[in-house]
Amino acid sequence: MNDAVTTDRASARRVAARPIAAMPVTLTVNGERRELEVEPWTSLLDLLRDKLDLTGTKKGCDHGQCGACTVLVDGKRINSCLKLAVSLDGAEVQTIEGLGQPGKLHPLQAAFIEHDAFQCGYCTPGQICSGVALIAEGRAKTREEVREAMSGNICRCGAYTNIADAVLEVLEKEGTR
Amino acid sequence: MIRFDYARPDAVADAVRAGAGEHAAFLAGGTNLVDLMKENVARPLEVVDINRLPLGEITDLDGGGLRLGALATNNDTAYDDRVQARYPLLSSAILAGASPQLRNAATNGGNLNQRTRCYYFYDVDTPCNKREPGAGCGAIGGVNRIHAILGASSQCIATHPSDMCVALAALDAQVQVTGPEGDRTIAFADYHRLPGDEPWRDNSLKPGELVTAVDLPPEDFSTNYTYLKLRDRLSYAFALVSVAVAMRIEDGRIAEARLALGGVAHKPWRSAEAEAALSGADPGKPAFALAADALIAGAVGQGDNSFKIDLARRATVRALEQAAAGTPQSQTDKRIR
Repeated sequence: MNDAVTTDRASARRVAARPIAAMPVTLTVNGERRELEVEPWTSLLDLLRDKLDLTGTKKGCDHGQCGACTVLVDGKRINSCLKLAVSLDGAEVQTIEGLGQPGKLHPLQAAFIEHDAFQCGYCTPGQICSGVALIAEGRAKTREEVREAMSGNICRCGAYTNIADAVLEVLEKEGTR
Repeated sequence: MIRFDYARPDAVADAVRAGAGEHAAFLAGGTNLVDLMKENVARPLEVVDINRLPLGEITDLDGGGLRLGALATNNDTAYDDRVQARYPLLSSAILAGASPQLRNAATNGGNLNQRTRCYYFYDVDTPCNKREPGAGCGAIGGVNRIHAILGASSQCIATHPSDMCVALAALDAQVQVTGPEGDRTIAFADYHRLPGDEPWRDNSLKPGELVTAVDLPPEDFSTNYTYLKLRDRLSYAFALVSVAVAMRIEDGRIAEARLALGGVAHKPWRSAEAEAALSGADPGKPAFALAADALIAGAVGQGDNSFKIDLARRATVRALEQAAAGTPQSQTDKRIR
């Protein structure tokens, strides 16, 4: 047992006030290997936005209730606000910046523009990361299934109909529908 | 979020050792613990990351059961071929909960050990006996639409929020744990507890104990089952009331039926009387109504949540009809038939 684990409150406060060193974490972010020093309480979302300057990933609720922070970790979509970065040592992270760039958009990014699948745009990076994962998962095929599989991404502008249209178009083009 | 030490053991024994301290917490998927830490509800000084422990597999058990590793994710469990074929009730219940992103991170062990979503438990500026023993309960006489109608106490009316656990209760799963005093098996019905005078204790784990797996017994109830979940929006919301039914029909009569309610108590709610009322009965509304009444016997409303009593009764009858007809509730098409 670590001697930092104490049973009385005063000692607990002392431990809590003690500076704890950042820990080494290696991540592959959008194909680039990054060797980082991360404080253990840093979320993946804060690491991406504050330290790696990848501000495409958005902080909506910061509690796993909106999906704006959705990224792909080892190919799976997760809420980056609820992951401690330190727990992902060795993982591969893909953000909206890694999916496409102006002039070379991911097909789902192009479909979002084509279908007017956003208004304010704040939820859009999370929606697109989620949609890309949905297509790769290969389970959702009908509109109803797409809507359910996209239910972890809230859009307060209410662009859901057009978001489903965009995802369905790419699903059809990729021949998985 | 407070500062904490972080450890990432590779072996179960090392994790148990590191997790034995009073201020230690095991971190799996993090979807609840990290949130509770952000809210200053959970304040561990040592976070023991168990994600490197070899507990992520789903394996067949001798005799026909299935072992779900504590670190298998909710999605990997729900979409596992064996779970889908033999335990569709479990798959359905998991997919009724949370969102694809959360289910990709959340683990089976974490699902059992998640805390209530009672607003007062989450808000450190309000009294809560679960968070701070002796502080009082803000929900009693407060805003309590989501709270318990069964098994509550004068100290706590919180509910357990899981969908998965409601199915596990109906399937008579067993929880495998290890800890400072060795390994033991806990029947699912004994895993979660009622609040009583110790509402801060959600389950029967002893300090330092770690869930390693959840075992499903061989009976699979893959023909007559349903998971019916009612909530304030169609997806990505906790149950107001949910019902898991696992039924076996032989020669036109109910040979066995298991019923569990979610969203109404501090644990998945079962009733031996309700299940006895169904045993040997004709699968039809008269027997279903009797069973539903028995299942919610003793229910008490708190004001905002009093609607749940009738809702639970009707949902139980409807779920029994779905199960008996072999037409389980779809978790995609949310229309209730």
